[in-house]
Amino acid sequence: MDYIRAFIVGGLICVIGQILMDKTKLTPARILVSFVTLGVILGALGIYEPLVKYGKAGATVPLPGFGYSLAKGAFKGVDEYGLIGAFTGGVTGTAAGIAAAVFFGYLMAIIFSPKMKK
Amino acid sequence: MEKKLEKQLSEEFKNMVDKNNPQSSIIKDCIFAFVIGGLICDVGQFFMNMFLSLGVPQENVGYYVATVMVFLGAFLTGLGIYDNVAKYAGAGTIVPITGFANSIVSPAMEFKREGYILGVGARMFIIAGPVLVYGISSSVIVGIIYYFIKYFAK
Amino acid sequence: MAVKKIGTQTIKLKNPPSILETATITGSKEGEGPLGQYFDVILSDDLYGEESWEKAESKMTREAVKLAINKANLHPDNIDYMFSGDLLNQIISSSFAARELQIPFFGLYGACSTMTESLSLSSMIIDGGYADYVIAATSSHFASAERQYRFPLEYGGQRPPTSQWTVTGAGAALLSSSGNGPYITYVTTGRVMDFGVKDANNMGAAMAPAAADTILRHFKDTGFNPNDYDIIITGDLGKVGKELAVELVKKGGYDISNIYTDCGVEIFDLSEQDVHSGASGCGCSAVVFCGYLYKQLKAGRFKRILLISTGALLSPTSSQQGESIPGIAHAVAIERSV
Repeated sequence: MDYIRAFIVGGLICVIGQILMDKTKLTPARILVSFVTLGVILGALGIYEPLVKYGKAGATVPLPGFGYSLAKGAFKGVDEYGLIGAFTGGVTGTAAGIAAAVFFGYLMAIIFSPKMKK
Repeated sequence: MEKKLEKQLSEEFKNMVDKNNPQSSIIKDCIFAFVIGGLICDVGQFFMNMFLSLGVPQENVGYYVATVMVFLGAFLTGLGIYDNVAKYAGAGTIVPITGFANSIVSPAMEFKREGYILGVGARMFIIAGPVLVYGISSSVIVGIIYYFIKYFAK
Repeated sequence: MAVKKIGTQTIKLKNPPSILETATITGSKEGEGPLGQYFDVILSDDLYGEESWEKAESKMTREAVKLAINKANLHPDNIDYMFSGDLLNQIISSSFAARELQIPFFGLYGACSTMTESLSLSSMIIDGGYADYVIAATSSHFASAERQYRFPLEYGGQRPPTSQWTVTGAGAALLSSSGNGPYITYVTTGRVMDFGVKDANNMGAAMAPAAADTILRHFKDTGFNPNDYDIIITGDLGKVGKELAVELVKKGGYDISNIYTDCGVEIFDLSEQDVHSGASGCGCSAVVFCGYLYKQLKAGRFKRILLISTGALLSPTSSQQGESIPGIAHAVAIERSV
């Protein structure tokens, strides 16, 4: 059941991105920025939470889920440390993803080189 | 062409371009994005269930999943597979966090020939940088707003 | 008094230079296309044994120039001038090739119009009596263009249907004041035209007005009409731009649809090879002309052709600043005999 829900929720979020790509002239970078920011806002308003409860990885793996984690982290930070938590919380909540991306990004760049497209 | 014709054509041209514009087949694109995006999330779900069954607490399992998915995205990019799937999947591979990893690894590899500091180090954020800038900044803003709402609600 | 100029933008060459030899080097994808048999060298490795795409591209230019000179049994020392340009910042492919070749060098930037820009200037310098042997060359490389203008190679993006595929290829033509042809007889220099297209993924549309303008200007200045040519061929408008160009020229009073095509449509098999609207890049019209068209002229299968290389004069900076894309097109008429 988890898998069906994750598939549908995750797939639908991607379809929204695809429609934006095909129908507007928005570049992928702009779509990613909008998705993350939207995730932060929906997360802060408590709208994304039910989606995460229902779709699990289907809601956390796409980029709005990254925004949701940022917002959730910022709230947790404020709860624990007060105002400074607004600054520490977001990055703390997403530190694993960011550090992994930087570290593996560097590692892969050392190991591999780009190949000519066919 | 003569000035008069040029003026007339430059006004008509936008319509000519729109008429000649081949459309992406949006239905096909969306099906690919849905299926592949959904499958990537299922891979995430698989690891989530696996880590939970290994006794990772619910509140931390997201860190594990993010790390593994980022690794997979980075590794498939390094192998030269990710872009070939993305050609069909479109947003299905761009929107998941594996796409975020791809957007970091691909320029890091590409600019290796410009050196490890200003090539790899600086250029790895040309696509992902804005995502971090806007994501982190908006999380700070909602955090501050949350702080004041809490403060005045007391 | 400009005695050789006719009309407003055209030169009729009094001593038409002969194209002695040409040489082409292409990537593997171009070699697999329908014109593959006409190219001199087809690389199996698009890095050409070098460390970077930029070095590979420069080597392609250098080797194409050398090959053209060798075919004519000449030496780089015999060449008076080299006109060359490419797409990379500060035209490093061309100038680094010229560094090795040690031929007096004029670097050009005309984006993808560089093949006819260099042919135009080479013809004039020979016709004017300033040189006996001149090289006109240009190159582009898919991978070096992608990383400068678009995305890293391994980035998982989706190319829209109007996008074009940058040709990996270099072409060089050796022009001489003497020889048995084919001859360059007319040169029509284009104006920069901009009909407001902003979509950098639709270069064909951005360049079509410039191509149409130069074709119409050529007819008006020379008094020729489409029937005077065996083939009229633009540089890299692709499928989308080609249709627009035919329509624009028709509105200008000429129907070219029977004898007109585009190098960017011919070099790849658009249904089999994944190139969307066709090919682009300086190398596109360079290898189609120096390979296919030149050999057809030599063999007498074409008597007179009009080649119009087309360039989109944008930069990543101008695109990001929201500027529309200016286009340019230069035409040269080439005849089997005079």
